[in-house]
Amino acid sequence: MSRRETLSILAGALATAILACVPFLFGDYGLSLAINIVSYAVLATAWSLFSGPTRYVSLATVAFFGIGAYTTAVFAETLPWPAVLAIAAVIGVVVAAIVGLSTLRLSGVYFVIFSFGLAELVRQLVTWWEVNKTRTLGRYVFTDITAAQIYWQLLALAVLVFVVGFLIGRSRLGLALRAIGDDETVARHTGIDTTRAKVALFVLSTVFMTLTGAIMAPRWTYIDPAIAFNPVVSFTVLIMALLGGVHRLYGPVLGVVPLALLFEFLLARFPNHFSIMVGLVFILIVYAIPRGIAGLVEQAVRRPA
Amino acid sequence: MLLEVTLSGVTLGGMYALVAMGLTLQYGVARIMNLSYGELLIAAAFAALWFYSGLALSPLLGLLVVPPLAFALSYAIYRILLQPLVRRAKTRDALEVDSILATFGLLFVIQGVMLAVFGGAYYSYSYLSIPLQIAGATVAANRLLALVLAVAIGLGLYLGLTRTRLGTAVRAVAVDPVAAQLVAIDVRTASALAFALGGALVAAAGVLVSMFLTFNANLGVVFTLKALVVVIMGGVGNLLGALIAGLVLGLVENYVAVFVDPGLTLAATYAIFLLVLLVRPQGLLGRSSR
Repeated sequence: MSRRETLSILAGALATAILACVPFLFGDYGLSLAINIVSYAVLATAWSLFSGPTRYVSLATVAFFGIGAYTTAVFAETLPWPAVLAIAAVIGVVVAAIVGLSTLRLSGVYFVIFSFGLAELVRQLVTWWEVNKTRTLGRYVFTDITAAQIYWQLLALAVLVFVVGFLIGRSRLGLALRAIGDDETVARHTGIDTTRAKVALFVLSTVFMTLTGAIMAPRWTYIDPAIAFNPVVSFTVLIMALLGGVHRLYGPVLGVVPLALLFEFLLARFPNHFSIMVGLVFILIVYAIPRGIAGLVEQAVRRPA
Repeated sequence: MLLEVTLSGVTLGGMYALVAMGLTLQYGVARIMNLSYGELLIAAAFAALWFYSGLALSPLLGLLVVPPLAFALSYAIYRILLQPLVRRAKTRDALEVDSILATFGLLFVIQGVMLAVFGGAYYSYSYLSIPLQIAGATVAANRLLALVLAVAIGLGLYLGLTRTRLGTAVRAVAVDPVAAQLVAIDVRTASALAFALGGALVAAAGVLVSMFLTFNANLGVVFTLKALVVVIMGGVGNLLGALIAGLVLGLVENYVAVFVDPGLTLAATYAIFLLVLLVRPQGLLGRSSR
């Protein structure tokens, strides 16, 4: 392990320790803002875990997030909490494997299109099931989990996503994925089973999204399919990851913090024009900062040398 | 009953085919994967609604006014918003990713504007809803008219693309942009025209759809998705394939809605999509090279 890696691990541990104290330092508003930021940090980092190296734009974040949230809504009252999380993860894995195996053998466009409508599909299926089978549209989530506990769980998940990302970067899988991102044909010719690598990573990245949804669900107390599968979440995650920069593990977080604060402000000031604003911010990012803040930082560091 | 469902399925399928033809022009020729495509359809539907209930004019008059406006708007979007991306992109894949991202942003902007103006409520108006008897089945006159017009527009497009010089140039760009340049075709102009034409087609479809369907500001995404599925089913860049695939999708959806459950139509769309991806990923009439 190089000196730089040791330093970044130490810095990460220190940051985690400081962040863990947030519930004691700030009031309810500060805590809810922190929950928001950490949950988006997990989602955006998990998103770029797959979409960064492979360059396959996934628009299905909220499909998995919503699956997690719904699992909590259905099982939280009858099952112990770890079992709920385990069920959520398993459902997420199964759905991701189906999507991955059917689309990732082919060119990237099919995957994008499939993921584009996936949240809508899952939403309609859940709605259909609730209306016809259980006859309840909308569920209450009653648990005794406090906001601080949600925050700590999310923070643990964030640490986990970083550790996993770090390990992947050093593994054969990470190398294979970078090769796929550069040139898939060449990667295949060097003996990489590209489909298996892509599906494995996609499944891994979606597990984090599903778990985030499951952990976040108690925050709402009431959810229905329209809340759980709100497409703005997919969009927000995509913007944050792109603004931060997807080619570095720490990149997405750089985008999450400023945008989460900006969106908090916009949502309070312009609740009816929120999606217009977000769309414009996004277009601006795509044109002006295609490589994200991480890219800008690297450029600035490299230039004087 | 079966005949009635089939007839309304064919109408819906005709709309899907028209919408998909426009998208296959934008994606096959201009190489732009336009995720905001369906928003234009809904915008056109609102325009037709405004024509009918605001100005008390026939939606058919809207058909003369709205598509040219959409043509101009799409042309401007391509020139201003998308051409910088075309210039920036080193490879076709890079352009695809960039255009997906940019038009995804555009989707939220257009949808946001429509939500701000019209809200999330469902709209419809009653135009020519006279029942007609065809071979023992009852069909609403507005559906039949929409189908006839869709066929006419589709046929006009097909002839335009196969029988005129400009149309041939556009098809040449779809086959190979580099080679097209070598035979003195202005690829940029042809791409911009194809993109704008796609916008005009989807706006025409929007006007037609508004005559017989209820719509709201959130529905654009669903139409985009269906158009994408039809395009892939038919084979990218293939007009005839889009026609057949559109009809198939419309029929299947209507059968599922009537005989199984209306809540499962999107699931049916996805099932077809999955089947195509697994069995024939190059599309019904597409070539396997790519």
